[in-house]
Amino acid sequence: MTKRRLRDGSRSKGTPSMDKTPISRGFRSRRQQQTPKIRLPPGQYVTMDFPVLSAGPTPQIKVENWTLDIQSGGSLLGTWSWAAFEALPQTTIKRDIHCVTKWSKLDTTWQGVTFDDLLKALGLAEAPTPYVMAHCDGGYTTNVQVADLVGGKGMIATRYEGLPILPAHGGPARLLVPHLYFWKSGKWVRRLRFMKADERGFWESLGYHNYGDPWKEQRYDGD
Amino acid sequence: MATPGKNRDMTVIETSAVSVRRLEWQRAEVRKIMVETPRVKSFLLHLPSWLGHLPGQHVDIRLTAEDGYQAQRSYSIASPPEDKLLTLTVERVENGEVSQYLIDDVRVGDQFEVRGPIGGYFVWTTSMGGPLCLAAAGSGVVPLMAMLRHRCRRRKNRAPALLLYSSRSLEDVIYRDELDSMAHRDSDLHVVNTLTRQQPEGWIGYRRRIDKELLAEAFVPPEWNPNIFVCGPTPFVENVSRFLVELGYDSLTIKTERFGPSGG
Repeated sequence: MTKRRLRDGSRSKGTPSMDKTPISRGFRSRRQQQTPKIRLPPGQYVTMDFPVLSAGPTPQIKVENWTLDIQSGGSLLGTWSWAAFEALPQTTIKRDIHCVTKWSKLDTTWQGVTFDDLLKALGLAEAPTPYVMAHCDGGYTTNVQVADLVGGKGMIATRYEGLPILPAHGGPARLLVPHLYFWKSGKWVRRLRFMKADERGFWESLGYHNYGDPWKEQRYDGD
Repeated sequence: MATPGKNRDMTVIETSAVSVRRLEWQRAEVRKIMVETPRVKSFLLHLPSWLGHLPGQHVDIRLTAEDGYQAQRSYSIASPPEDKLLTLTVERVENGEVSQYLIDDVRVGDQFEVRGPIGGYFVWTTSMGGPLCLAAAGSGVVPLMAMLRHRCRRRKNRAPALLLYSSRSLEDVIYRDELDSMAHRDSDLHVVNTLTRQQPEGWIGYRRRIDKELLAEAFVPPEWNPNIFVCGPTPFVENVSRFLVELGYDSLTIKTERFGPSGG
């Protein structure tokens, strides 16, 4: 970590010392608009479009065949069909999202069922364990702490900007944990598994950070 | 065999690549610049303490302006692990503040920061065997080139490999001479170009975007269980990977990397 913390779009006090950070001769910002730094985590830039990043082919899932399972210690706590899931209380949120590949997208609007409402629908006052693994179609997994899902922080989203989420962006349903890097918001989610102890998901096992806080720039292991 | 189990998780390979220490920023020095196409250059970098990488991985680079402004981007590594210098191949992106600086302004001897390697899924090493089926569009060929260069370093028992490569025109084909000579010297390597917008006179190759029929013709059949890597712009990867699934390839053997239009 460099001693002086520099940010994309920010101006440091004085120039970075040559022995620490090489100056790229002639390089300057070509951004038309500077995003207020309170909106943009370190190392990120704003994009207007919606890039797609996935490790494999996009699964084409029909909602008739879709179910969401919630599991704990080998037992099934609940399962919803698409119709039953759509009948759960719906919440709409507007959030900024931040991808580990450096792009951020501001003011994205999502609709779905919050993790709090899922617990309620299961008749649970609180989560049975402190950790969750999200399992997705195509074999993707990602681990999230319950503390990052409760209190309105996480949801299973089914609408983006008022429309069904496109398959490439995780439709019909994706996990949404927008305060963490976006790989934590697993596309094509099908099962949430409560875990007593933390386990690493797909990217978390491949050198990416286990927690992934964009504001601390926790991109990779050891950050 | 080719039916992926609904609950089967993606196999995490090459877990040895997982690093528990922090990836530190290193000062890279540009030792050589190669003009690949009118919009693409390769930068051969010297890094003081590079610990190696796997073909297919990428790095983050960080540029710092005089006033302290910084920008980071990710670029695929084009060189095989066997090379002393690390090669990044960069395409000039419209409105891309980093790629435009790299292509237009960077000279031999310039320095910027690099950290990596990053990504442990979209990788292939000779130990993973073949057949190797690669599909690329445009600069999506870069991480696949690292795999082919790595494969080429083996003297014998090379896995059969195929590169299906879509470019706009002949002059947009990155690594054209090297790919030609690699394929010329190696009967187990096939390079199939398709030129989608403009073809030279007498061109007898493909002249359309990669579609299902083209994949069925060029790739080895699904029963051969090839290792498949697809890289390019998002619509290309979405289409090609969907066609491959429809043709019966196991979706867990299809590894993808998508370049968003906002890359920069």
